[in-house]
Amino acid sequence: MAGKLKIHVDPDKCQGHSRCKSLAPELFELDDYGYAHAIGDGVVPEDLEDKAWLAKSNCPEEAIDITED
Amino acid sequence: MNKPVPVTDWVSDFDHTDPRWTENPYPIWDELRAASPVVHTDRFLGVYMPTTYEAVKAIAYDTEHFSSRRIIVRNSRPPITQTAPPITSDPPEHKPAKQLLLPPFTPDATKKLEPRVREICNELIDQFISDPSVDAAARYTKHIPVRAIAHMLGIPEADGDLFIKWIHEILELGITDEDTMMRAVNEMAVYFVGHIEARKKQPTDDLISTLMHAKGPDGQPLSDMHVLGSLRLLLIAGIDTTWSAIGASLWHLAKTPADRERLIAEPALMPTAIEEFLRAFSPVTMAREVIKETAIAGCPVKPDNMVLLSFPAANRDPAMFPDADKVLIDRKENRHAAFGLGIHRCVGSNLARMEMTVAIEEWLKRIPDFRLDPAGRVTWSEGTVRGPRQLPLLLGAAR
Repeated sequence: MAGKLKIHVDPDKCQGHSRCKSLAPELFELDDYGYAHAIGDGVVPEDLEDKAWLAKSNCPEEAIDITED
Repeated sequence: MNKPVPVTDWVSDFDHTDPRWTENPYPIWDELRAASPVVHTDRFLGVYMPTTYEAVKAIAYDTEHFSSRRIIVRNSRPPITQTAPPITSDPPEHKPAKQLLLPPFTPDATKKLEPRVREICNELIDQFISDPSVDAAARYTKHIPVRAIAHMLGIPEADGDLFIKWIHEILELGITDEDTMMRAVNEMAVYFVGHIEARKKQPTDDLISTLMHAKGPDGQPLSDMHVLGSLRLLLIAGIDTTWSAIGASLWHLAKTPADRERLIAEPALMPTAIEEFLRAFSPVTMAREVIKETAIAGCPVKPDNMVLLSFPAANRDPAMFPDADKVLIDRKENRHAAFGLGIHRCVGSNLARMEMTVAIEEWLKRIPDFRLDPAGRVTWSEGTVRGPRQLPLLLGAAR
């Protein structure tokens, strides 16, 4: 069985488009300025993996990395 | 004023104010893209245009060679006297100016305005819903963003017509008529100085007061000039852009009954539909001034030229978007650049999305059946912000 996916938002690339937050609010949250980061440790529950990939593929700044734990 | 010579060769002599470009730019952009990732014209004192998504992105990210001190391609380049930070700022001044504006425009902050925007939409619809036809640009899409931003700034919604006049003079007439543009800029300054002075005597709970009390990077309150510049930006950037985006979305739905019916039957598609309308009909083309020689996509780029930074053309690049010329309201992967890329990402993007969503939702709820009026003519604005300025529609099921 494959390991769990983990998401990471690169703070130097994120420009606050908030596409990830609207596509996957279970996985991403925004700070007071609207910049995104992963909720908690960024580990993606299995049933949200599709949403994680969707968020990554819609980030205009390509700021989201997905790695396998 | 001399009329410009009509374009005969788009690739070496493009003109983004040519009526053919205004009417239907997409085939022109395809022709330019097929010729080169970066094209040049001697018009407007020299302008490059990146034609691919990659070239647009490279320039948007490159603040070393491309300055935002001029962000509109015009016939002349008068000395810069009035700025609108952060949109006209480069690093390092850009970041602190932008940070000040971000908190009031987060998704949560703009969500608070949503009930008022729904009311505004319904107040407007009430005025024409019993009519057989309507110019939706003049009576609906035009008024939504102007009233929303007025509400946010704490200025009378009824002053909207004044703002619309200034914006037309600055963004459209201003391309060729410097005097008209400067008069509008000055009138707007006088208007806002009045509101700033009034708040010094009597503070209010609105965005103007928030800006007046915000502290700059030096820990001191912003100067009146900085507040004025930011207000100018919010008004200019927040109105005809969203007006255009809502109008283009309604235009598409008026001529595409299948998408209209699907959106009513499957409201969960609204978010992807809005993103697709933003991609396919992106209203905003920005500009940069070349300040250092460089190369983009292998093409040399020289100082003293402007760059027409066409996010709309990037969003039609088939190398980035499969079926780029088709409107797919369920498009899953959509990394569009309608709100720009890099540090100048539109500060109002969350507000614009909310206004678009609410405007389309409320319209479809009350007017599920509508189509283009074959007796009327759809017209589009020229220049920096493209969207329908006349949108004659027939309301109700076809009889």
